[in-house]
Amino acid sequence: MHFRNAACAAAALSLFAAGGAMAETLTIATVNNGDMIRMQGLTADFTAKTGHEVEWVILEENVLRQRVTTDISTKGGQFDIMTIGMYETPIWARNGWLVALDDLSPDYDVDDLLPAIRNGLSLDGTLYAAPFYGESSMIMYRTDLMEAAGLTMPEAPSWDFVAEAARKMTDRENGVYGICLRGKAGWGENMAFLTAMSNSFGARWFDMEWRPQFDTPQWKKTLTFYLDLMNEAGPPGASSNGFNENLSLFQQGKCGMWIDATVAASFVTNPKESTVHDKVGFALAPDAGLGKRSNWLWAWALAIPTGTKKEAAARQFIEWATSKAYLELVAAKEGWPNVPPGTRASLYANPEYAKVPFAEMTLKSINSADPLNPTVDPVPYVGVQFVAIPEFAGIATEVGQEFSAALAGQQTAEEALAKAQALTEDAMEAAGYR
Amino acid sequence: MARAHAPARKALTTALAWTAGLLIFFPILWTVLTSFKTEAEAIADPPLFLFFDWTLENYAVVQERSDYMRFLWNSTIIAGGSTLLGVLIAVPAAWSMAFVPSKRTKDILLWMLSTKMLPAVGVLYPIYLIFIELGLLDTRVGLTVVVMLINLPIIVWMLYTYFREIPGEILEAARMDGADLRSEILHVLAPMALPGIASTVLLNVILAWNEAFWTLNLTAVDAAPLTAFIASYSSPEGLFFAKLSAASTMAIAPILILGWFSQKQLVRGLTFGAVK
Repeated sequence: MHFRNAACAAAALSLFAAGGAMAETLTIATVNNGDMIRMQGLTADFTAKTGHEVEWVILEENVLRQRVTTDISTKGGQFDIMTIGMYETPIWARNGWLVALDDLSPDYDVDDLLPAIRNGLSLDGTLYAAPFYGESSMIMYRTDLMEAAGLTMPEAPSWDFVAEAARKMTDRENGVYGICLRGKAGWGENMAFLTAMSNSFGARWFDMEWRPQFDTPQWKKTLTFYLDLMNEAGPPGASSNGFNENLSLFQQGKCGMWIDATVAASFVTNPKESTVHDKVGFALAPDAGLGKRSNWLWAWALAIPTGTKKEAAARQFIEWATSKAYLELVAAKEGWPNVPPGTRASLYANPEYAKVPFAEMTLKSINSADPLNPTVDPVPYVGVQFVAIPEFAGIATEVGQEFSAALAGQQTAEEALAKAQALTEDAMEAAGYR
Repeated sequence: MARAHAPARKALTTALAWTAGLLIFFPILWTVLTSFKTEAEAIADPPLFLFFDWTLENYAVVQERSDYMRFLWNSTIIAGGSTLLGVLIAVPAAWSMAFVPSKRTKDILLWMLSTKMLPAVGVLYPIYLIFIELGLLDTRVGLTVVVMLINLPIIVWMLYTYFREIPGEILEAARMDGADLRSEILHVLAPMALPGIASTVLLNVILAWNEAFWTLNLTAVDAAPLTAFIASYSSPEGLFFAKLSAASTMAIAPILILGWFSQKQLVRGLTFGAVK
């Protein structure tokens, strides 16, 4: 009898002790990008370490954004971890939708996160989403075509140099175009590029009184420069080209230069996918001599929605997936070029990673972007290639349609800017900013 | 003279019909072909039509990464269940509108159709909140009901149109012979309207199978159907067209096969009444 009681007590005690670490099944919403696919493949390591299982919900970026926004704003509780970006993080944190990641374990070494990335994922100094991979934008160019054009790409070129090189590299008869840039309408497509570009020309979305600025000479210069460059040295049909279309063109050897996300570097240098993998060089995104470059800053990050019942397990997963040990795990299984880039200083201090051809330029690009001071003149908003207000995605997509139509030759730069100014004024007035 | 022209005309119409058919079918054919290419071949320029290294690698990757059978099972339950439920409600509704119309029948029919004129996203939040309240998020039951409700106006309209073709006198005669309402619908109306009901069922299975707004927005893991399966292979940052094509081919294959075997009923139902 005594024995049985003791056994019961021991069982109860062990159950109690295990209560804090009960095995859970986490539901994680994410996008279908290469680094996330690798993460899914490595989940067994997390399960082995913690006992928690993971269910993945993988959706296309825009579908994911709508899906998780609906769920988090209604407290639907469908997801324990959401993959979100730098745009959503400060907005959702302000709404009280995200769990603050302020007591991460000492092993995690939160101070190792790159400052620009950490700032972009924080609100008032508190981290709300842990970066899974970070990216900026840079120039990827064909070293052979640059040489044939008799030019040498500097590490930090100006827009004038880029324009000159693009014109010289263009060989329409052979289907080679000097420069490929985004033209497809969308706040995360052409507007990400054009907003970052406009920063280097001294333009901005709003002044300190939230007045839209599309009627300024700086914006006119930005858009005219872009349209002239694309008309003279860009591929045909560029107004429907986004990241994937330009990636495909570059890999087929049809672009002299491509200014886009730093993560593209691993695709264009991959011998299995790219016909020009051994002829690619990298340089910082161009500037116009005003002290700001035209590169953006973005991070895909993991965040926990408030209201999940599995917060402790979710924290464990986030610490695992964004840790130094995870980077080493990927390196061991898939090689250093496949490690999720752009989040930790220690990665860039690693001599093994330094051998990856695009490592240094990726770090320099990320470090030269400042989400808190993105423009030449002061602005009331945070964000390099976006404005971190909820209205931005809608407004910028409409503006993007006007700019895309200008690239397609359906209207002039002046007409596109006038429409952009009018629709942004209306939207900001309706939203109560003015 | 007219006789001499007939074969030539027939050949021409056949050629035209084949051209139109192939044009419409081409995107599907291209998807299937792309699913057997490598990722590099999938984006090759000029595009490769038949002469490439055929590979099953994409199917292997998709099989390894996703639990296809779970998605397929969910799609089958949702498409089959919502159609069955819809027909059970729509047959009596269409019967009453076709054979005992009132002053307001036309208005009701138009009003039902008007629900299709609102963009679905306009009612996403209310439906989402109701689903949270009833605990229906990510359940097959919830999704079956929603998909049924979305397609119900079309089912009622189609059945109503078919029923109108059937002379009311036959039903009257059945009533004179002592048939009650149940046997009137089951034994007299249903057999006559079978081609119509069959094509309605088929069309609605296809519509429900392809429904992508609600099935993506109201599911996560347990009830996610094949639309979510395809969506998980679409990527804004990376060229995975071959894998996406393999996933698409696997998602449309069952419904394509069903359509192929039932095309006679489908065509007969869709032209029912028109050829009379």
